[in-house]
Amino acid sequence: MSVRSLPWPAAVARHSVLIVTAALMLLPFVWMLSLSVKGPGEMFRSGFALLPAHFHGLDNYRAALTAAPLPRFLLNGVLVCGSIAILQLLLCAPCAYALAKLQFKGRGALFALVLLGLIIPQQVLALPLFFIGYRLGLLDSYVGLIFPFVISPFGIFLLRQFFRGIPDDIVHAARLDGVSELGIVWRIMAPMAQPAIIAFLIFSVVSHWNDLFWPLIAVRSESLMPPALGIVTFRDAEAGTDYGPLMAGAVLVVAPLVLAFLLAQRRFIESLTLGGVK
Amino acid sequence: MTTDAQATSMEHASQSSHGWLLAGPAAFALLALIILPALSVFFVALTDWQFGARTFSYVGLENYHELFADPDFYKSLRNTFVYVLIVVPGTVLTGLAIALLVESDRTLRTFYRAAHFLPFMATLAAMAVAWEALLHPTIGLLNQALSDLGLPTANWLRDPSTVLVTLAVIAIWKNLGFAMVLFMAGLKAIPRDLYDAADVDGAVGATDRLRTVTLPMLGPTMLFVVIVTALRALETFDTVNILTQGGPARASEMLLYTLYVESFGYLQAGRGAAITVVFLIIVVLLTLLQMRVMDRRVHYS
Repeated sequence: MSVRSLPWPAAVARHSVLIVTAALMLLPFVWMLSLSVKGPGEMFRSGFALLPAHFHGLDNYRAALTAAPLPRFLLNGVLVCGSIAILQLLLCAPCAYALAKLQFKGRGALFALVLLGLIIPQQVLALPLFFIGYRLGLLDSYVGLIFPFVISPFGIFLLRQFFRGIPDDIVHAARLDGVSELGIVWRIMAPMAQPAIIAFLIFSVVSHWNDLFWPLIAVRSESLMPPALGIVTFRDAEAGTDYGPLMAGAVLVVAPLVLAFLLAQRRFIESLTLGGVK
Repeated sequence: MTTDAQATSMEHASQSSHGWLLAGPAAFALLALIILPALSVFFVALTDWQFGARTFSYVGLENYHELFADPDFYKSLRNTFVYVLIVVPGTVLTGLAIALLVESDRTLRTFYRAAHFLPFMATLAAMAVAWEALLHPTIGLLNQALSDLGLPTANWLRDPSTVLVTLAVIAIWKNLGFAMVLFMAGLKAIPRDLYDAADVDGAVGATDRLRTVTLPMLGPTMLFVVIVTALRALETFDTVNILTQGGPARASEMLLYTLYVESFGYLQAGRGAAITVVFLIIVVLLTLLQMRVMDRRVHYS
């Protein structure tokens, strides 16, 4: 809004407000971390102590990693999110290229379907997808976690927009060089559309790492649970208020995305705002 | 030797076949996994089908009649609207205020932006578990702090009078950073010369500039953020499922949780489909409104 720096009273006011709001936003994270290194007795005593009287972190994290199948949850998350992201890209990029650069009958109708798909929220599809999964015997398996998401109207839409901005001459030149249409998609368009592809991949991975709704419907076996569902199951199994291991587990579920976010803040914010308003 | 016209028509012919070869797999998946399933929900809603049952019969609008005669469904619908009406202004106004503050100067801008945005991308299921610990009636940080200050405490998630507001606060905490980022983009799009013009017109103070330039220019962004936030609030499920299961006494039951319980808890596919249709209609109306707003935003710029 303004490039000139604020006069000092305004600057002080700005910092005092923002430090308080930032602290409030971070409080649940800080409290989670704090509880994850405290022993069971200490939670009942200490009011505001952020740091533990006795560091109990090793025990808590060991409990989270061994008593609960937490490494398994995280691994499932990597496997499921990775498969979804790759399959989405494999299906979406050629379609986006066709919509952006090729003339064919029914192109307008197909694009209309993509826009329609963009409007429909995933939760609306839960019931029919559950039935499809049930009939095909896909429930309670990795395939069951992945199949509803192999197609992303948002991915098609985003890549199509980007591909349209690439000059036709480049496509013509590649054809003259004898590059196949699929070759044009992967060897010419995809590298040029790298920013859009990365934005889409970040959005996809974050959405599915955080998704609870579909995994809750699709799987029962603990060994298949992705991180969000896993931590909920861990909480339900954990009676009482021994928060230590549970909070350690929550930290481990949240940590990968938070660390990635801190490393590539700008990309994450761009990607998630793009996807969040789709 | 081929003429240009022939070459063009040959290229068109090959594009036509290549078009469907490249788009075919995605088109098939789009139909099979999104469009047809979405349509099927409308049909299932007209039947008394239950998951696992071999037969079902056509019951017309019976499911909808039952739904709108059911006080529990009204309660869920009402809770959802009350919740959206708390979350939207809470998120939009604080998001706007923080965006204005963060953007008003350079120092620590990146840090403030990151700190406020973090909850938006952190796994809500795990953060709900952390919120539960914060809100614990006896050993939770919130109640300890309140009682140390001599203020009244509450059993936030178990008291019908506080539970919906508590869930709304968690939603505001989660979505505020998202609203902030959208407003920051809106602020950057305001042409600099408008401020210069305001200076010439004698709008020198920060509040003057805010009133005469910033807020009017943010109008379209504001409308857009309101709709996007409302959509996100409507889709609330994780916190309800983890923290309250709609309780106590259905005080925090919301549309998507009702949909989930009816469809996958009681396996009432027909009834679940009818709820899904109601949910879809609300979401689609809001989305169409959002598209109109976006359209206008594009024309303005």
